[in-house]
Amino acid sequence: MTSTVTPDGRTIGDVLLEVKNITLRFGGVEAIKNISFDVREGEIRAIIGPNGAGKSSMLNVINGFYHPQEGEIFFHGRKRNAMKPSQIARQGIARTFQNIALFKGMNTLDNIMTGCFTHMKTSLLEQAIWWGRAEREEYVYREKVEHIIDFLEIQAIRKTPVGALPYGLQKRVELARALAAEPKLLLLDEPMAGMNVEEKEDMCRFILDVNAEFGTTTVLIEHDMGVVMDISDRVVVLDYGRKIGDGVPDEVRSNQEVIDAYLGVAHD
Amino acid sequence: MYYREAGDFKTSYRKDQQNFPIRFDRVHFWTMMVLAFAVIPFFINDYWANAVFVPFLIYAIATLGLNILTGYCGQVSLGSAGFMAVGAYASYKLMTSFPDLNFFVIVVLSGAITALVGTAFGLPSLRIKGFYLAVATLAAQFFLVWLFNKVPWFYNNSASGQISVPRRDMFGIAITGPEASAATKYLVCLAIVFVLGFIARNLTRGRIGRSWMAIRDMDFAAEIIGVDPLRAKLSAFAISSFFIGIAGSLFFTIYLGAVEVGEAFGIERSFLILFMVIIGGLGSIYGSFAGAAFLVLMPVLLKNALVGGLGWPSDVAAHLEFMIMGALIIFFLIVEPHGLARLWAVTKQKLRLWPFPY
Repeated sequence: MTSTVTPDGRTIGDVLLEVKNITLRFGGVEAIKNISFDVREGEIRAIIGPNGAGKSSMLNVINGFYHPQEGEIFFHGRKRNAMKPSQIARQGIARTFQNIALFKGMNTLDNIMTGCFTHMKTSLLEQAIWWGRAEREEYVYREKVEHIIDFLEIQAIRKTPVGALPYGLQKRVELARALAAEPKLLLLDEPMAGMNVEEKEDMCRFILDVNAEFGTTTVLIEHDMGVVMDISDRVVVLDYGRKIGDGVPDEVRSNQEVIDAYLGVAHD
Repeated sequence: MYYREAGDFKTSYRKDQQNFPIRFDRVHFWTMMVLAFAVIPFFINDYWANAVFVPFLIYAIATLGLNILTGYCGQVSLGSAGFMAVGAYASYKLMTSFPDLNFFVIVVLSGAITALVGTAFGLPSLRIKGFYLAVATLAAQFFLVWLFNKVPWFYNNSASGQISVPRRDMFGIAITGPEASAATKYLVCLAIVFVLGFIARNLTRGRIGRSWMAIRDMDFAAEIIGVDPLRAKLSAFAISSFFIGIAGSLFFTIYLGAVEVGEAFGIERSFLILFMVIIGGLGSIYGSFAGAAFLVLMPVLLKNALVGGLGWPSDVAAHLEFMIMGALIIFFLIVEPHGLARLWAVTKQKLRLWPFPY
């Protein structure tokens, strides 16, 4: 056990997820080149890097959309074989998307309820009769979802079709849907992209609260450096598919290679 | 008393998620059911049963089935009539092979057989989407009709190639065959519709229904929250075919009595059911009934108005009917792509505030 306590009093435990020497190619393009890093239980881990650095590809590898040509992924210390995304979701990995991927034909409540899918167990026949177990199960999860709705302060839009919601709220509903899966590992792909300062502050607060309240390990991709340096425990920096930095925010900030990648460097 | 939800407070999730959360709807629904079950059977005659009620109820089942597949799960199918044919021929074979089997058991078994066939034809949906899937199901439509025409085993080698329903009794009353009374036919269909309607509603409001809608709206997001596309799509095909199979079975045993596959279950029937889904409203249980009622009643009304009322020749009226139908479908696609169900929802929304709209 190598648990440490952060300055703000959260406990960070063992390694939850470890990616080792991942290489991902699309034809001749190497999107990710030999990248390794780990995520420890309870921490907020940021992945940053300029456009096209391979950040989103990395998340897609972690939740099973892409299968890397080389490298291994360890989750809970066990090597993970190639799986379908739905199987990986069952292991307790949830995510949000850079461009919102909500179910437009449903209302907020149903969207979040869909997040409970892996936990709900009643069979097709029980669902068809809607008597006893199926009905009870629905209300048990409805109550859990209501807690999340309270937590993220979206009570007022419970029955609103998600297509009619403003952007910031849609992002929040997407976070709620991911939380409804009670994930062990939460992947957030640019949770604050396109938001104004106030919305960003709200979202930061929610991410920190989720981490503090539920102890959810979070991996987030973000472009806003202020946000990243403020809320994350450790940061991985990618550039052109390579890892160029890894460490606590202060280390990363003073890393010459990282500064070069962001500011550009004179080629002579 | 008019449409009100003010003061209608919900104190439990059960009450909040019931079928008709507003009391007005609840009262009207059950009043309608009492009328349908206890009053109409005493007044129904052969004309009303054969021209209006029985076809409406049977098409409502088929429309519910297709709506589950297309409206809820987003998989377009043009093979509905082919699957209806499976249901019809399954009941024919079951009725002639096992003469003692209860009629309702036969109907359910026909549905189950159709569900198997439908699942098999649903397999391509795992690879192809949209228009291409529509074409694949079109192949199912033509293949199934061809099969029932070409293999004499399906129609017990009858010389005409037709199948005709044998008489079956229950409690000493004829349910199928020419002796069945209008009220019996109507009540049998109504009972089945009532049960299937509730099943459809239950399936679409719970875990399974949400997994279908998730696949329809955003398939990759559905996958990352744990919905297996294979299971979601195939279960939608199975349930949808089960409904359509039962519709086909009733269409043959109760409504037509004798069937020639190309005539009764041709491609036009598939399109008619698809139109019912579109006009009624994709992804709505209420819309399935509204669409079926609209497209069954419309021709009857037009015919009565044009031939009976204005005295036009019936061939002119028939052609005019085609034109009006076509125009209406285009009208709905442009003005209200979500169909009658959405129109109804908008009306209800307005009624909530009526008569003080601010």
